[in-house]
Amino acid sequence: MFIIKYIKEVFSGLKSLAVGLRRTLYYFTHHKEIITEQYPDNRETLKLSDRFKGEVVMLHDENNEHACTGCTACELACPNATIKIITQFDITPEGKKKKALDKFVYHLELCTMCNLCIVACPTDAIKMAQTFEHSVYDRSELTKILNKPGSHIRAGVE
Amino acid sequence: MVEEIGTTVEGDVLINVGPQHPATHGVLNLLLTINGETIKKVEPHLGFIHRSIEKMCESLTYRQFIYVTSRMDYLSAHINNHACALVVEKGLQVEIPSRAKVIRVLMDELTRIASHELWWGAMAMDLGAFTPFFHAFRERESINDIMEETCGARLTMNYIVPGGVMYDLHPDFQKRVKDFITLYKLKIHEYDEMVTGNIIFQNRMKGVGYLSAEDAISYGCTGPTARGSGVSCDIRKLYPYEVYDQLDFDEILETGCDSFARYMVRIREMNQSIRIIEQLIDTIPEGDFQAKTKAVLKLPKGEFYQRVETARGEFGVYIVSEGGNTPYRIKFRSPGFSNLSALDQMARGSKLGDLVAMMGTLDLVIPDIDR
Repeated sequence: MFIIKYIKEVFSGLKSLAVGLRRTLYYFTHHKEIITEQYPDNRETLKLSDRFKGEVVMLHDENNEHACTGCTACELACPNATIKIITQFDITPEGKKKKALDKFVYHLELCTMCNLCIVACPTDAIKMAQTFEHSVYDRSELTKILNKPGSHIRAGVE
Repeated sequence: MVEEIGTTVEGDVLINVGPQHPATHGVLNLLLTINGETIKKVEPHLGFIHRSIEKMCESLTYRQFIYVTSRMDYLSAHINNHACALVVEKGLQVEIPSRAKVIRVLMDELTRIASHELWWGAMAMDLGAFTPFFHAFRERESINDIMEETCGARLTMNYIVPGGVMYDLHPDFQKRVKDFITLYKLKIHEYDEMVTGNIIFQNRMKGVGYLSAEDAISYGCTGPTARGSGVSCDIRKLYPYEVYDQLDFDEILETGCDSFARYMVRIREMNQSIRIIEQLIDTIPEGDFQAKTKAVLKLPKGEFYQRVETARGEFGVYIVSEGGNTPYRIKFRSPGFSNLSALDQMARGSKLGDLVAMMGTLDLVIPDIDR
């Protein structure tokens, strides 16, 4: 019976549409179950995970001291040449020459947030920050010097 | 173009789909030969997003080259990284701790669910249904949150390193994954209600894009594309790696050979992934998450190959080593490339409107095809 089969198909088709529309209508009337991130408005309350990889920062303590020895382990670990370490020779109180960090140049525009530099650092001088809004007006602003001006290496870090 | 026009007959038209067409999911250019509404030939033109990843890897060390593979198949970035880590471990003959193995498999399966959910939403959108996309992203969001918490990134994780994983699991990981499983089981019936059972959807999928098992094998199709044609090709079953041989899960096979069969394979695969996660989540072994490896990894002279099952099919990494700390030659066998090559066979003789539906069921990720 072709006709009966045809009519059955029409009705089962209509039923399948009704089932789908019922689900749509359910969400239409239940606003609470729809999750939407109100992103730019919730900046104050937005809390990202501690491990979120936003950008590389260097840790400084209250005496403006960091733990970077200038060993270039991060520079070697980086796949994209994001990090460039410029060292200088400091004169220690004993009158000896000692290699120390001059500038920790970080190219944010080249960084892929792979975390290899953080893992490679023997003194935990750098870490990943949770910032993610990196847009700037000029590309040169993305090249950063991570050690603060006038900062020194913390005593005891080798 | 002149030569291609020379092979056509009266009434044939050449049209370009892409590279900026939203339905191609990226920069893929399809040169179609159509006669009226009927497709006579499909020629995929590649190269719009070629980044020479294989050549680039030759200058990167064995720790560094892994992150690049996240940029190939970005929806199963984790599984790509897994393959790279496995091939390096194979060369180094490192035994990795059992905790790392379980973490890797858990992450792989979460990635697979996330990838299939995005595919489901995107494919429904290809067919003109916009709402499923938001429903799919709701579940995918909770996976992304889990990834963000443990791996530190939502898409390109770079969490798997040679010797294990980069850091230990987040303390909340187990709870979050269990919450996700509860959410998933609560919501998965909506997928069937909204899309699978829909008569319009079924009429557009059933009998469309026929790919026989012989063709699937000869084109080198893998993953859900081949399993929709009844070809058993799950690497997790055939060549088990990590702890897959101790797990209880089914290889999904459909024999419909059409678009709907490929659709059903992916929908059912998500449930299998949930099954795998449920088996592992309560029994994560204690111990180290990373084996001790040297600071500079040097593979012995020789050739190494490892394949894994990504969300799209078989992903293989082939390394030729000369004994140094960088590979001499590296080759990635990506699933998308072979699956795309079968599109011509599928689409010939069908209507132009069905092409997008066929492409949707292939689950193409263009950076994976082009590398």
